[in-house]
Amino acid sequence: MDTNQPTMSINGTMVTFTPGQTILEVAWERGIDIPTLCYLKDASPTGACRICLVEVKGARTLVASCAMPAGPGMEVTTDSPEVHRSRRLNIELLLASGNHNCLTCEKNGECKLQDLAYAYGIKEIRFQGQTQQYPKDDSNPLITRDFSRCILCGRCVQACNDLQVNRAIGYGYRGAASKIVTTGDRPYQESDCVFCGQCVEACPVGALTEKKAKGLARSWETKKVRTTCPYCGVGCQMWLHVKAGRIVKVTAVEDAQPNRGMLCVKGRFGYDFVHSPERLTTPLIKGEDGQHHPATWDQALDLVATRLKQIKKKHGANAIAGVSCARSINEDSYNMQKLFRAAIGTNNIDHCARVCHAPTVAGLAASFGSGAMTNSFADFDKARLIFVIGSNITEAHPVAGALVKRAVAKGAQLIVADPRFTGIAESAHIYVPIKVGSDVAFINGLMNVIISEGLQDQAYIDRCTTGYADLVAKVAEYPPSKAARIAGIGVDLLRETARKLASVKPAMLVYTLGITEHTCGVNNVRSTANLQMLLGNVGFECGGVNPLRGQNNVQGACDMGALPGDYPGYQKVENPAARHKFEEAWGVKMPRKNGLMIPQMFEGIEQGEIKALWVFGENLANTEPDIRHVEHCLKSVEFLICNDIFPTETTRFADVIFPAAAWSEDDGTFANSERRVQRVRKAVEPPGQAKPNWWIFREVAGRLGQEWKSKSGQDIWDKEVSELAPLFKGIKYSRLENDGLQWPCPDKNHPGTACMHKEGRFTCGLGNFEALDWTPPAEVPDKKYPLVLSTGRRLYHYHTRTQTGRCGGLNDLLGQETADISLADAAELGVADGDMVRVSSRRGQVMVKARVTRQVPKGLVWMAFHFREGNANWLTNPVYDPISLTAEYKACAVRVEKA
Amino acid sequence: MKRFRQHMLICGGTGCQAAGSVAVKDALVKEIAKQGMADEVAVVETGCNGFCAMGPVMVVYPEGTFYVALEEKDIPELVSEHIVKGRPVERLFYKEPKTKEVIPDMLDIPFFAHQQLIALKNRGILDAESIDEYIARDGYKALAKALTEMTPEQIIAEVKTSGLRGRGGAGFPTGLKWEFCSKSAGEVKYVLCNADEGDPGAFMDRSILEADPHSVVEGMTIAAKAIGSHEGYVYCRAEYPLAVYRLQLAIEQAREYGLLGDNILDTGFAFDLHIYQGAGAFVCGEETALMRSIEGKRGMPRPRPPFPAVAGLWNRPTVLNNVETWANIPQIIQNGGAWYAAIGTEGSKGTKVFALTGHVNNIGLVEVPMGTSLRSIIYDIGGGIPKKHRKFKAVQLGGPSGGCVPEAHLDTLCDYEAIAKVGAIMGSGGMIVMDDSTCMVDMARFFMDFVQEESCGKCTPCREGTRRMLQILEKIVEGHGEPGDLDTLEELAPMIQTSSLCGLGQTGPNPVLSTLRYFRHEYEAHIHDKKCPAKSCVALLEFKVNEEKCKQCGLCFKNCPVDAITWEKKQPAAIHLDKCIKCKTCFENCKFDAID
Repeated sequence: MDTNQPTMSINGTMVTFTPGQTILEVAWERGIDIPTLCYLKDASPTGACRICLVEVKGARTLVASCAMPAGPGMEVTTDSPEVHRSRRLNIELLLASGNHNCLTCEKNGECKLQDLAYAYGIKEIRFQGQTQQYPKDDSNPLITRDFSRCILCGRCVQACNDLQVNRAIGYGYRGAASKIVTTGDRPYQESDCVFCGQCVEACPVGALTEKKAKGLARSWETKKVRTTCPYCGVGCQMWLHVKAGRIVKVTAVEDAQPNRGMLCVKGRFGYDFVHSPERLTTPLIKGEDGQHHPATWDQALDLVATRLKQIKKKHGANAIAGVSCARSINEDSYNMQKLFRAAIGTNNIDHCARVCHAPTVAGLAASFGSGAMTNSFADFDKARLIFVIGSNITEAHPVAGALVKRAVAKGAQLIVADPRFTGIAESAHIYVPIKVGSDVAFINGLMNVIISEGLQDQAYIDRCTTGYADLVAKVAEYPPSKAARIAGIGVDLLRETARKLASVKPAMLVYTLGITEHTCGVNNVRSTANLQMLLGNVGFECGGVNPLRGQNNVQGACDMGALPGDYPGYQKVENPAARHKFEEAWGVKMPRKNGLMIPQMFEGIEQGEIKALWVFGENLANTEPDIRHVEHCLKSVEFLICNDIFPTETTRFADVIFPAAAWSEDDGTFANSERRVQRVRKAVEPPGQAKPNWWIFREVAGRLGQEWKSKSGQDIWDKEVSELAPLFKGIKYSRLENDGLQWPCPDKNHPGTACMHKEGRFTCGLGNFEALDWTPPAEVPDKKYPLVLSTGRRLYHYHTRTQTGRCGGLNDLLGQETADISLADAAELGVADGDMVRVSSRRGQVMVKARVTRQVPKGLVWMAFHFREGNANWLTNPVYDPISLTAEYKACAVRVEKA
Repeated sequence: MKRFRQHMLICGGTGCQAAGSVAVKDALVKEIAKQGMADEVAVVETGCNGFCAMGPVMVVYPEGTFYVALEEKDIPELVSEHIVKGRPVERLFYKEPKTKEVIPDMLDIPFFAHQQLIALKNRGILDAESIDEYIARDGYKALAKALTEMTPEQIIAEVKTSGLRGRGGAGFPTGLKWEFCSKSAGEVKYVLCNADEGDPGAFMDRSILEADPHSVVEGMTIAAKAIGSHEGYVYCRAEYPLAVYRLQLAIEQAREYGLLGDNILDTGFAFDLHIYQGAGAFVCGEETALMRSIEGKRGMPRPRPPFPAVAGLWNRPTVLNNVETWANIPQIIQNGGAWYAAIGTEGSKGTKVFALTGHVNNIGLVEVPMGTSLRSIIYDIGGGIPKKHRKFKAVQLGGPSGGCVPEAHLDTLCDYEAIAKVGAIMGSGGMIVMDDSTCMVDMARFFMDFVQEESCGKCTPCREGTRRMLQILEKIVEGHGEPGDLDTLEELAPMIQTSSLCGLGQTGPNPVLSTLRYFRHEYEAHIHDKKCPAKSCVALLEFKVNEEKCKQCGLCFKNCPVDAITWEKKQPAAIHLDKCIKCKTCFENCKFDAID
């Protein structure tokens, strides 16, 4: 027994405990069972259910062990006759409190109340008589609220308030009339509820259930398969509940990194696209009639191989280009880039990081030596100051947003800079409404204040960085008055923000596409790096520069070398040593020059240089700026190949469509935003003849004369990826069973890297300050197009809705695109909320409903790209960051008129 | 201050205002002016005088003449006779209900004569809206002493010496509470006043705030100095508009006089007070719920620890005391803890204010030294039971959290422990006297209904357990009681007491347990004989005229609302059960107890 640790007695046995632990935690740690209905991990104890009561010697009453801190010398009895009597009576009261009829209850078999009734031998319900009952609320598409089964334990309230920090539900009314309510006791869909379903997850009984799962399976009939969420870059761990080849519901993996038992609406309810009848189930070949006709795999694969050979022979390998998929597994991207490099012989391979975080990859690599998020999600709720800039985190990365809100609830300071008053801004201590595209000036202004007030971390700067003198000279050109003017904010607010940032160390910086999707995207990224190095915040837990990757495996697709200048593991194509290594491994000679980035591919098609384009899992026709132009290119390319799970706006133009296995139909890995390589597992069979993508690429490679040995995701990773890329050297499938590993992981005993550039020891040696000038967006408002259009993602949808559009409920929650405009502009235009408006730019126009909202400031219009109808990309401007060729999705000039 | 020949102190407490004191006061002012004596005679509206049953009441000084039940129409006579001619108006004097003795002098009235005022020191004497009058009565002297002559430790030591215990009901030693809080680490600490008086029938705190708001402000400021706090809140229910108004006025006046604010009495000490109006949930009187409510959340209790002295309002160390406790503080500081400790019993020091109500002659607010017997309060001060043919049955102490004390224990002394021993609690001071027309089962049902309605709904035993107890009690009073019901009540009650999260649930079963202890036979009569011995439970009553007792007066016949009674002169009345709606009107009106 550790003599330094305090001790207490439980049931007569002396045990040690750690100060701060509750009696319940100490008992559980010792394997002593204390039942409870209301305890919820990570939430503050409520002591509501009174089932975990124990006897503490000297206490006036029984004591709720979930809420009572263990104390030295305490004498606890966990199951005395009085405790037993009290628990039993409480359980009887709960059983009598509503309609606790197990026969048809969805929770039968996994109901905590049922378990307790069994354990305490309760055979009949003693108390009879009418109790207060509220009608069942079945009015929303996803969550059934059956108040007759509710035991008012409050776990849902804790889950909503303490875990997800959405604060949508609480106790309402009093006494016997008590009920869990939203504000004003309205249905969920008319409340602050964001349908994360954490309340359902937390409900120990059948009061809150997944509507879509109703009647599909009893709890004991399902097989639970752990996997990684197919949506944003947080990489939440989830259980797929599978019965008879169908996913019937999804729950979170408790205690798993990074989500620690949380999911968002898409993760929890966005699984059924997999079983959509619209899935592609057979290879399709475009006939002379212009229609797609079913074909055999051999026909389709042979056709593709033949055409690629012809084009290569006639126009060279560089006439072929490919776009990989950031939503599919690493192993798919690896095989695709390998196909292009080794079998076709070109580096013309890219993927959608181009449209989102390519500036991050380029910018952070230049500043720090590595282009990825420096820290971990585990830091988020421990941080003491978080600076969120250009990130609509609560909608685009809801679980990460929840962690930030949890930090705030625990006392952290939060600064949010964003043109829109986003969801996270509501939690901010300082909200800075910067103008769209003013980031470099704004951050230079912050640094000007920090340096002029001597608030920089000079020791860190001296020890860990280079280029400081140039930075000082440059930011001197951005005095607060000038920076504030460009950013459209007050000078005092700028100063206050700078001082606040410098007041806590370390502080975390989090950004998303508000930083990157600009013609100055790389400069924006490097500005965030400058700021954090200036404050000495890089290389520490709860510090760093933390870009949130948009898609589930966009980090992985980059890691796998689906980039025109990078082999797997960021080994450079232009580095002869790296090339030789891969040439040797793959047994071929490969081109020395970087390939084309996506915008260059389109340019190549227009100029007739690109003859074949292979689009894997992307819907370029909706996602790229200026849809009219993109569709023109897709139409005009000589040979278009698509791998997809659904027909899309892009597959319309394809000559060959390969039906692919979707998420949950194949084994593989994703890498999330925090560089964590996580397992994705097969739970169901692909429909029809659909096949894994890596298999498709392997088959084509075979027809192009290459025999690839790896025959599974695991083969590809263990025998190729991790052998060829030092970053992943220590990562093998056998080590990924639970929470995965964060790269760099150089050897098989390495625990992975939660925080990069430890203590300012940068991957590239010294961190590089870069003196930067602010440049305005390429297209600014004028008389004809007086408003700025900025774009992004909304909570209920993802990408172009190929998945979420086919999930029950999500479309009901958000069924169409809107143009979000300010109250002031709406008044000026005579537009009311819900009116149809015409939004036009120099490139096109859309008809869309106006959503008049306080989130948007005057002069701004905000839209998303989820829907074909009203898609913002009819309007966006195809102008690019010069380094990363990322388009300026966040700023173009538009006009809004009442339709 | 201006001097007057005479002061007419008209009570402006909520009770007297409800009885019409505002109109009486206006009439007085008008009449005095009419007589041209506005410069000689001052009309002062005071806070609650305490003798609410007799309202509107007025004392004329310097004589000390006490007028009761004044009406507007009495005023011209009163002014011309008493003020102009010096002849007090006897018909408006207080008459002792039993002896019919007319008592002109307030302090000769037994209701007042047996009281000792500390917390209520200024009641009925000063204009509650004037800080000058408070200061003239030695107000803020204690604060000056605390700020200029005493260290925080000395203040706490003085309060500890006084033996003052929390007057909200639980009786925790006040000085000890302050000491805990003063020792808690933290720059920011809060001082709170619980003015969320919620017991049915209790109105001590309201009266103090209405009559003497500065005493609370002063007490809280002294505590602020003791624990190092610079901000405080008074949590007062919005149903007390007059209390809120007068307290707000007091706070503003204190700020103006430099008695609150950044630099109190030029000592550099800073403290300010705010009022937070609660929406009237009973549970918000529970300290953790009260603090959550101030934080803007739903007022629901949370488990302790952490205790408020460590982590209270916004998780900062917090001292919370109720109004009466605060009102005692200035005098303890001014006169010394030993002075206070000399009053009372071994374990309970000082005085206690009770809201005396129910079947008692002198309904009102009384303050007595600890150690006074319940009998003395009810009979000497309260004047006993009003209806001649009724007998004392029990007194309910501590409202829904308390218990009843029957005749046999009426000599129990006011003392936290002594009262607990007989199954009741001191509580915040609600004292409801019941005569033998009260059904104790129905009384228990009433309080259980209250507890169930006011349960916050969070913890199982309180929400579900009290609901079941209420169901059983309802069943019994409706005549559907079954033999096992008492066993179930006695099984549920202790479980709810030991398992509930907060005081509301832990004490909720007390009225049932204490009535079971002393009046079990009444429960049994309801269940087994289907009879209500107090003839109170309507469902168990069949009305018939007792022809032997009937004096053939016809009052029942005249009052029956549904013509269910037939009567002819010189004949006993008869009740027709087919028409009777059991409204009890006949029963209550019969002067001869002739209706069974």
